[in-house]
Formats: sequence, C-alpha cells, structure tokens
Amino acid sequence: MTAIALIDGNNFYVSCERVFQPELEGKPVVVLSNNDGCVVARSAEVKALGVPMGIPWFKLKDLAKQHGIIAKSSNYTLYGDMSQRMHSVIAQFSPEQEIYSIDETFLDLTGFNLDLVAYGQEIRQRVRQWTGIPVCVGIGSSKTLAKLANHCAKKSHVPSMADGVTDLNQLSGSGLRELFSRIEVGEVWGVGRKIQERLVGIGIETVQQLKDSSLSRIKKEFNVVLARTVAELNGESCLAMEEVAQPKQQIMSSRSFGQPVFLLEDLNEAVVSYSSRAAEKLRHQNHVAGAIQVFVQTNPFKPKEPQYNKGVTVKLLHPTNNTFQLAEAALYGLKRIYKLGYAYKKAGIMLTDLCPTDQVPIDLFSGFDEPETARAKNLMSTLDEINAKMGRGTVRSAGEGIQKAWAMRSSNKSNAFTTDWEQLATAI
Amino acid sequence: MEKSQKSHGGARAGAGRKPKFGERTALMRVPESAQPVVVDFLNELAQKRQVEPKWPSHLTPVKLAENPPVFKVPLFNHTIQAGFPSPADDYVAESLDLNEHLMPRKEATYLLTVSGDSMIGVGIHDGDILVVDRSLTPVNGKVVIAILDGQFTVKTLEKKRGKIRLLPANPDFEPIELKDEQELQIWGVVTKVIHSL
Repeated sequence: MTAIALIDGNNFYVSCERVFQPELEGKPVVVLSNNDGCVVARSAEVKALGVPMGIPWFKLKDLAKQHGIIAKSSNYTLYGDMSQRMHSVIAQFSPEQEIYSIDETFLDLTGFNLDLVAYGQEIRQRVRQWTGIPVCVGIGSSKTLAKLANHCAKKSHVPSMADGVTDLNQLSGSGLRELFSRIEVGEVWGVGRKIQERLVGIGIETVQQLKDSSLSRIKKEFNVVLARTVAELNGESCLAMEEVAQPKQQIMSSRSFGQPVFLLEDLNEAVVSYSSRAAEKLRHQNHVAGAIQVFVQTNPFKPKEPQYNKGVTVKLLHPTNNTFQLAEAALYGLKRIYKLGYAYKKAGIMLTDLCPTDQVPIDLFSGFDEPETARAKNLMSTLDEINAKMGRGTVRSAGEGIQKAWAMRSSNKSNAFTTDWEQLATAI
Repeated sequence: MEKSQKSHGGARAGAGRKPKFGERTALMRVPESAQPVVVDFLNELAQKRQVEPKWPSHLTPVKLAENPPVFKVPLFNHTIQAGFPSPADDYVAESLDLNEHLMPRKEATYLLTVSGDSMIGVGIHDGDILVVDRSLTPVNGKVVIAILDGQFTVKTLEKKRGKIRLLPANPDFEPIELKDEQELQIWGVVTKVIHSL
C-alpha cells in the first residue's frame, strides 16, 4: 500500500521565533506580514482567543492589550534558514522527498517495513531536537489523504490520534468512514472557501460525502482538479503538487533533476525558469513577494558522493511580482551558495513575505514584465546586494520615502539569529 | 650529481606534449559520472586561457573551506610514466574544511554569543562565540545551553544521584540548584568555543 507522509511545522513562524526567544514560550504570539499589516501566524494561545488568520493588526490592538499578545514583525531571513534546516533533517528519513512549502514536506514511505506511527514519532522527535521546531506527521495512501491525516494529527477528531502522528492506512473502512463523516469538506486539500460553499449548496458537507460523490458529476459541475481530489480521497494517487493551490503565504517552485547537475550555468537556467513560473503564479493571485529563497541539494541517498545542501533568503528592496527582478534576486542568492564539485540533485526557489499588490506603493522599477533598461538592472541588483547584506530598507527607492505612510514598518523584528554574526542569540 | 655532457640521448627541445594551460598540471581523481563535465570544463578553461590567462578564483587549489573535494593538492612532484598510474597519486592531502570541523551536523548547529565571565574557568570568555550542537544528548559533565527564566545560560551540566545542577566555572558565581518542581530545559550542547586573541 502506498504510504505518503506530510510533515509540517506547527505555527511555523511563531515556532521559529520561540527557538531563539524562549521567553515567548507559553505566551500568546502573532507574526505580522511585511509592513506590520496583517497576522500571518498565530501561536496556539492566540488561536484559542479566536483571532482569525489575516486580520489587520490595528483591529487587534485592544484584544492584544487585554491578553498581552506579543506581535513580532516577520523575519523571513530567520524563517528561511530554519525551513532549510527542518527540510534537511526530514530528508534523512526517506529517499523521496518533495518540499511543498516553507513549512511542509511530503515523504514517500511506501514499502518501509516499519511501524509508521512510531517512525513518524521518530521524525517529530528528531526535528524537534535538532531545530526546536514542533511538527506533525500525517500518513495516507495519497497526498490528499496525507494532508487530511496531518489535519487529524493536530485536531482531536479521534483523541487517540491527536498526539502529532496519524496514519489513516491503519484505520478500518468503517473507522475511516466514521472519521471522514465528522470532518468538514473545507478541510480537504484544494477545497477553498468558494468551492466549499458550492459543494455545501449541492449537499456535500463532509469529507465522506465528497469521497462518495460521483467523479463524472464533480468533473461536470466543478473541474478536473476537484475530480482528481475525489479520486485521491479514495486512495488513488494522481495529483501533482503543481495542481493544488499553494498556501497563500508562499509560492514554491522546485524540481529534482533527472541527471545530476554540476555547473552553475545549468543551475542558473533552472532557477530562472522556477522564478518565472513562481512569479506568474504570484501575479495570478495579485500578490507581491518581499523575499525569495533559493536552495540547492545533492542526493542524500548517494552517501559516497560528497554532500552539500544550502539555501539562502534574499530580501528584495521592494516587494515585487516582476519576473525579472525575482529571477535576478534568485540568481544572486544562487551565486552565493553555489559550490563547484558537487552533483546537484535538486534546486528550487520559494517566494515568501507575500502581500496583496494593492497594499504596496507604486515602485520606481516595477515595470510589469517590461524589459528593463540595463541601468535599472544594475541598480536593482546592487540595491538587492546592499539590502541583503545590510538589512532591508538600507537603500530604498525615493518613491517609498515621499509618502511616509508607505514606509516599511517592521518595528518589532527579532534578530537574524542564524545568518548574521552581529545578531546571534546571547547566553550568560 | 654532476650533469654529464653527452651529445645524444636525453630531452629533445620541442618534443613532448604542449602545455594546454600555460602552467604545470596535476593529476586528480574525479567521480566517473562527473568526468565528461570536468573534461568539458577544462577544455573551456583552456580556450578561455588563450584570452585571459587567469586562474578563476574559485579554483585555487588550496583554499580553506571553499575547496570542493575533487580538487586535491599533490604532496610532492613525481614523474609520470605514460600508461602507468603512479602509486604516489594516492598520497594527496585533503583540503581542510573548517565548517566540517566545527559543525559536522550543520542542520543541528547554531552559534551563540557569550555575555559575562561565569564560565571563564573552562576557557569561555565574554564575547566568545559558542558552537552549539542540538543533536547531542546532554550528559553529565557537558557544557550546555540551558533555559532559565526565559533566558539562555551557558553552564556545565551536573547529573548526580538524580539531582541536577548547573555549574559555573568561576568562584564568583553560585551553582544553580534545581528545585523539585522546576523543569530544566536544555537547549543544546556546546561543542566548541571560538575565541579571538
């Protein structure tokens, strides 16, 4: 039986903050989007107060005072590095890994002759110890089921399954039916709010009802992707990552190479094409990105070959969805991490620090996919370089400063604990 | 040894292989799968050299921490008989990689700065950088980073007869006793101290 695991970090951004600021442990903490605008991550304590995801910070001020909610400005340099660490620890557990987002990884555990629940606990323990990040593990016979299992591992639909690892493959048919009848259809991977409303409109309210619905009807009334989701719920593995909407918080584009890649120029090509794909998605959802992470990996399952995995997050001077600017930043990051002499198996980029396009000021250089002049190009990469080294906003376009209301706010940003000599945590 | 003045035998001027790179070359072993890539790369390099006789900086054969393992520095020169690999080729020095030495498991390794003199007795000074490996188990006698009242502290861990104490290495500081209800959180094990002189 196919066994796919989805491992994700709990309240990932908040967890990253807590690793280096133990005083935040047990306190209600939120992380705000760039400009300190909206809530992009909530600790368990904040969720318990009923604070929704995405709510603007100014609307929270009163509640925050009342309950002592601590707000941290987003720190993508730190999150990117911790993400990198988390993904490489998880990679030790299976030769087949697909990184899905900054805090989610799929692992293929098919054919592992093990108690997978115990194995899942081992993964949790190691990631927790090595990185300090708490994770949950969901296992199922397709990616959609793995996602759902992961949801069960967090929520106590079944009390015995809520200790961070759930393996749906171990449930009997009736047990599964019983469980899926108690989960709202909106929890299914790729079923957003709009689709959920339409499904409820035709009487499909639970996961079980969606699982039982007719493929041809779903294909006719919705689309082929949702039909595949139904097939996946029935244990048929048929969804490629790309086909399911990414979480709004970041956009990821990466691939394993069919043959080992050695040279920088080949990696450059790959990274540029990933960047433009991701930038297309970004524009499609009307967002801009404030940072881009680029990473390269050798094949951990050829232990005789020299191993090298590295990623770096490049902060952009100014949030953008311009393909060219994003690719430029990715190439700059790649140049910094590339080393000759390794057989690279995989490379990828991830756009982070996303926010809606209408929340950023008009930028001097954000020509929408227009070819830039050579001077603007050079200027752009120089600025990126300075800002990557010296911190965001060191050098900015004048367009930002004219209207002070637009100035980048990140008033309560933690240190870049893992990437800057000047900003390490202190022990007494 | 004196050079004999023979009129024949010995080297003929202009004979033998022409230098392709305009400098001495070294033998090296490369992974078989990488061979075509390396050959292409060297050919390209040779062509570039005609124009720009500069060794690219990332290929300097001796360079700390940047050196990919396929580049090796021969320990001594030796003559090469065509067709016979020289046994001396196996005696090549590895380059030194400080990252490998300081953090064998980099995913689990973090750097922290020291503040204060509580551990001066074991050579940990104010302002030093600590290399902390979270993958290690904190056992009795290890120097650890512990969390006390939401703060990182660096101390020696003592586990004796079920009692846990955190010991400073400075007579001006008191050992920290754990009360029974207090739970000690160990954040990581200190493996190295980076101290500037």
